[in-house]
Amino acid sequence: MNYHLNFNLIWRHFDKLWQGLVLSLELAVLSILIGAIIGLVLAIWYVSAGKLVRAIISAYVEFIRNVPLILLVYIVFYGIPTVVDFAYSATVSFVGTLSLYAGAYLVEVFRSGLEAVPRGQIDAGKAIGLTPLQRLLHVRLPTMARITLPALSNTFISLFKDTSVASVISVPELTYGAQWINFNTFRIVEVYIVTTIMYLITGYSILFGLRGLERRFRAER
Amino acid sequence: MGENRRPLLGIESLRKSFGKVEVLKGIDMAVHKGEVVSVIGPSGSGKTTLLRCVNFLEIYERGSIRIDGQEVGYRDGDNRQRRGETDLARMRAETGMVFQSFNLFPHLTAVQNVMLGLVKVRRKPKQEAREIAEHWLKRVGLGHRIDSLPAELSGGQQQRVGIARAVAMEPKILLLDEITSALDPELVTEVLDVVRQLAEDGMTMLMVTHEIAFARDASDRIVFMDDGRVSAEGPPGELMAQAGSNERLDAFLSRFRTSHL
Repeated sequence: MNYHLNFNLIWRHFDKLWQGLVLSLELAVLSILIGAIIGLVLAIWYVSAGKLVRAIISAYVEFIRNVPLILLVYIVFYGIPTVVDFAYSATVSFVGTLSLYAGAYLVEVFRSGLEAVPRGQIDAGKAIGLTPLQRLLHVRLPTMARITLPALSNTFISLFKDTSVASVISVPELTYGAQWINFNTFRIVEVYIVTTIMYLITGYSILFGLRGLERRFRAER
Repeated sequence: MGENRRPLLGIESLRKSFGKVEVLKGIDMAVHKGEVVSVIGPSGSGKTTLLRCVNFLEIYERGSIRIDGQEVGYRDGDNRQRRGETDLARMRAETGMVFQSFNLFPHLTAVQNVMLGLVKVRRKPKQEAREIAEHWLKRVGLGHRIDSLPAELSGGQQQRVGIARAVAMEPKILLLDEITSALDPELVTEVLDVVRQLAEDGMTMLMVTHEIAFARDASDRIVFMDDGRVSAEGPPGELMAQAGSNERLDAFLSRFRTSHL
């Protein structure tokens, strides 16, 4: 082995990685928020709607789940603006794509959560005279939230890692920062060691934070 | 209890099927204001279904159920139109229900469980709702546990919260669905004592129960259901006396004689 590790060039450009990491987190947070809204609205719609709406929502979910994320990113960033003559920045385009992607997974999570609310609780809500909307707000959603919290944290961690796909359309997130340093310094091993450690530490921190949150919710049961 | 007075709860020719299985085969029943009526019978006889029809948790199509003269699930008029959801919710608020499996809202504390209907349905200000809720929780002996979550309470305590949640709404009639069946034997008494107290205070109650001894002591009338029909009814003493001439009733009661008498 005659390769000598030299991290000096990495530290000199570390701001590229640091800013990339911050952007990755921002992309993940934005996408899970928008995705959760998409998922929740569609899940509530799904459980209360007829066959046609259910078929349309299922089609969306299946489409997203069976097409690779990187392809979705290309379709939204290159495909749509070409066809409809409408342009958006790479970052905006990626947040949109990742939100739609997260939304499809979260529809399933929220739908099964809503269906897992025990019949008896809904009966109790009816018995005291709550209207369907009140039952949704005060009985079904709170219970659903606790049931779905672990799946929600897992989705968030996946999304955080998936933000690396944004590098293919030059969104300056963490993986893009790593590639930039690699192209400009050729310290490929060093830069990916540092980048991997950054993903790992951040991923673990998110995991521990969310698991702590889940425990607090469970303790309050 | 004048029989000619309009009953608070009047059930006429009620029929209910699940698919092809007819569970209720024409039930007639009346409960007057202040009365406590127990429904007993073998499992599968339709007792719980009957109770759940009274607040339209089960949808009945044939026959009628009236509370204070108002049809429960359908609008007045000849074409029998189902009530809208808001209208149904308003009707359901007139009846209280206590469930076999308690069915407390797990994310709300005892006092919040009782307050929910008061605030959202009765539109009481929070402060007033809280006072009413605390009052009823004290009445059921849980004044010291008002801020506990259901998971922190024993089965008997949860069921007493369930009772408080139902009666705090000041329902015209209270429906009790086998409320001690899911409880450990040592916790049954604390719940039945609360029910007995409510009966003494004049609460109108229709209860499905397997506690024959309790039904005999606390009820004005007992209804014996068998295979979707009312097989016998009458004041406790009278009903027990009918066992000699009613084979099914005799068979049903004989299971309890050894254990409860």
